[in-house]
Amino acid sequence: MSNSFLIILGIITPLFAALFSYICRYNNNLRDSFGIIGGLVTFLISLKIFHGIQNNEIFQITFFTLFDGVDFTFKVSALGSIFSLVASSLWILASIYTIGYMRGAGEKNQTRFVIFYSIAIHAALAIAWSGNLLVLFIFYEILTFSTFPLVGHKQNAESQSAGRLYLSILVGTSLIFFLPAIFWIWLETGTLDFQDGGILINQFPAEYLSLLIAMLVFGIGKAAIMPIHRWLPAAMVAPTPVSALLHAVAVVKAGVFSFLVVIVYIVGPEFLLQTKSSDWLVWLACFTIMASSIIAITKDDLKARLAYSTISQLSYIILGAALASSLALKGASFHIITHALGKITLFFCAGAIYVTAHIKKVSELKGMGFKLPLIFFAYTLGALSIIGVPPFIGSWSKFYLIMGSIEREFIIVAIILGISSLLNIYYLLQPVVIGFTQISRREVKLTKAPLTVWPPVITGLSCLIFFFYANYFLNNVSGVIVS
Amino acid sequence: MFDIFLDDAAALVVVLPLLISAIIAFMPSKIWPWIISLVTLVLHLVLSLHLLKEISISGLIIYEFGNWEPPWGISFKIDGVNIGLQLLFSIFVLISTFYSRKIFLSEIDSRDSGKAYSLWLLAIGSLNGIILTNDIFNLFVFLEISALASISLIALGAGQNRKALLAAFNYLIIGAIGATFYVIGVGFAYAMTGTLNMNDLVIQLAQYSDGQLAIFAGMSFMLIGLMVKAAIFPVHIWLPPAYSYAPSAVSTLLAALATKTILYFFVRLLYEVFIIYPSYLSLFLDFVLYPLSLLAIFIGTLIAIYQDDIKKLLAFSSIAQIGYITLAFSLKDHSGITSGFIHIFNHALIKGGLFMAVGYFAILYKDRVTLSSLRGFGYKYPITSFALLICGLSLIGLPLTNGFISKLYLFQALYTNQMYFSIALVAVSSALAVAYFWKIVEQMWFYEIKFKSEKEDAYIYLPIWIITVSIIFFGIYSSPIIEFSNLSADYLISGYQN
Repeated sequence: MSNSFLIILGIITPLFAALFSYICRYNNNLRDSFGIIGGLVTFLISLKIFHGIQNNEIFQITFFTLFDGVDFTFKVSALGSIFSLVASSLWILASIYTIGYMRGAGEKNQTRFVIFYSIAIHAALAIAWSGNLLVLFIFYEILTFSTFPLVGHKQNAESQSAGRLYLSILVGTSLIFFLPAIFWIWLETGTLDFQDGGILINQFPAEYLSLLIAMLVFGIGKAAIMPIHRWLPAAMVAPTPVSALLHAVAVVKAGVFSFLVVIVYIVGPEFLLQTKSSDWLVWLACFTIMASSIIAITKDDLKARLAYSTISQLSYIILGAALASSLALKGASFHIITHALGKITLFFCAGAIYVTAHIKKVSELKGMGFKLPLIFFAYTLGALSIIGVPPFIGSWSKFYLIMGSIEREFIIVAIILGISSLLNIYYLLQPVVIGFTQISRREVKLTKAPLTVWPPVITGLSCLIFFFYANYFLNNVSGVIVS
Repeated sequence: MFDIFLDDAAALVVVLPLLISAIIAFMPSKIWPWIISLVTLVLHLVLSLHLLKEISISGLIIYEFGNWEPPWGISFKIDGVNIGLQLLFSIFVLISTFYSRKIFLSEIDSRDSGKAYSLWLLAIGSLNGIILTNDIFNLFVFLEISALASISLIALGAGQNRKALLAAFNYLIIGAIGATFYVIGVGFAYAMTGTLNMNDLVIQLAQYSDGQLAIFAGMSFMLIGLMVKAAIFPVHIWLPPAYSYAPSAVSTLLAALATKTILYFFVRLLYEVFIIYPSYLSLFLDFVLYPLSLLAIFIGTLIAIYQDDIKKLLAFSSIAQIGYITLAFSLKDHSGITSGFIHIFNHALIKGGLFMAVGYFAILYKDRVTLSSLRGFGYKYPITSFALLICGLSLIGLPLTNGFISKLYLFQALYTNQMYFSIALVAVSSALAVAYFWKIVEQMWFYEIKFKSEKEDAYIYLPIWIITVSIIFFGIYSSPIIEFSNLSADYLISGYQN
């Protein structure tokens, strides 16, 4: 198979999954199986592309010219190959999980749900493989619009207003800041293509670079930096498979991925290090990390707590991009993988607890540890990975981020990362402690939903296993980042 | 035999609809007026294509009526500036006429069909005259014919809602004031120069090179009159009720083309004639048109957000969009004029598509379309709803639609003129456009309400989809529109430099 054909196939497969799900909408088992099949196909393609990138192959396809210097083109970068690998592999597990969750929770409109779920994956893959900033923007918007029906899935007043907030923040910021920033880059350089080392150096007035960075980081609302983070907790009204795959992996990672791509392939780390235009962003990211960790502690609702934890973790990646040193960028890119694995585990567990025991709050988890041992086991693995305890995969990215901040002589940042880890321990492990130590007199009726239990166990164990194979990913990451 | 007709193509595109309009006025049949109009407009399109061919060879056609030479007789002028608009006009009227039949059938008394199509052709002929005429008084005549025809068409909406009469009356009074202003200005110009022909006017005005108060007064009267007619903020108040109470087919025609043709003449007058007083022109553009455009963009968008009636919402959005066009025209350079023309083309398609879709919904709902009345339409009428969604995304200006191309070139023009405040304002108001458009989408797809629905009518959704496909087509392959707009700007700017 030729390389360009692989790209088309990979991007189209989720759309076919959506189409077949619609055609087979009257047969529930057949309908839901297309998610798994689609996940397997895209995963194999992503894996092949990932290996191809490691062997310096070029994956590129151009369809047509949109306007001067900007084509509708896909070109897989090293960063993109990682993101697509994460999104597609987790899609397989999430599809299995979705079957268990949606049926266990008795949700309505399941066909609409799977269709938009697949379209969202399609958009995420296209973002990963986009060849220039405008193509990325197009699929960024498609991702927003395709996840809107998922956020508003329950169709009650709460999800309506959450959906409205979700859409207005994400589309609003992208139209007010992101798109004008893209125009600006195009007007100054005449191109929007992703190139190693960036395209702005010697082309863009250095004194305005800080403003451009600000427009980008606030325009890419999916990266959820404060004060543009409100949509993420609001989106938690969606069914848990959405929170798990989309609001811990595909959507938010698409946001930080976009920002990372802009820093690495558009602005260029070298230009950033010369001008120090992103140093202010380091502090904003630190503020977001601390503030959202503190908010997370106050949340009793498990999903809300995880949402604020996500906001905090996303800012790690923005922090790494803002530091722009090679170690920090390595850590930031790697954090896309590690946080995805850890956070999807936690969300899977939160959903599984809801489906089996109908509990949403941390304080009601008393004694549940003994009743749901597998779920709590998986949860602990995921939490430890996010905290950054060796031997879990999350420790690598945190290690590189701290090294990166020391490399740039931001010692305070390294200290803040340490404090944040302590806060992580508190708010992520508290449910486990409550679950195993306190005894509840309340009788809880358990419903069995095995399909929601095994996916988190698999992702949780892989957090442990991949610690030892981190080089497999890190090679790809460091290959692209210009030191 | 056809050669005889083709020689007079420039006159026939205006005269043919006007003639046929008189013939079908008293036809009692329900369907023949429509068929005859359709055939007329197919011929109209053929004539326009012939004009395009001629222009691509010679670059300029001056058609003298009755062979009276220009300073004395009336003449039409076709050149690079208006050929693109002529083509768009021709294609769009054909599509909207095809669309109009079923709409008219259910909105007006079927016995009035002949009258409706007579007025319809009258409006089309006179609006086409505005595009082609090279004579400032002749323009006044076409303005008046088109206004009277549109007013009567709007008043036909009275069968649905009596407020249509009030809207038509408002338009009549305000339109008459605008026309009076314009004709007073023409009077001043004629008194000073003794000519009405636009090319000759430029030559004659040159003798007052230091300027004369009477000429400035005349120019101001003409511009204000045209601003009223083109619904430029704040003299736009006739437009929202007129568009929203007219029969749906009529609002489609008016929203897509009526203000656009007048805007075209407005910019032609500015850059072809008034350009010989650069200081007056830049005074008008910088201190009148530019701030008014910004206000139009912002206030039009804000008012649209708070509308419950969909047609009114679209009408206020039109006020904002006209603001984008005049903002581009106020920039005084090639990039600005180009982007203004690009948006004239693109917005005609977008608004035409939106009004067509909403017009169809009005018929299905059998009442005025408000936000809540659209509930569940996304599921019941998916074909039309999906077209509406695409047109709306284009209105917001998302990539792969032609609205994005408009926005891109507007940003570029503003950027080269270093108008950063305007860029910010345009960015913010295009994000606000999401707010009013998304309210519609939300109602259509996120409430499910059980009601009896009919099958969608291919006669209606076919033209809607032709427009929708063209919106995507010109979003991906934008060079035809950009080239026509470049051509228009080239011709106008060459006058600017000489």
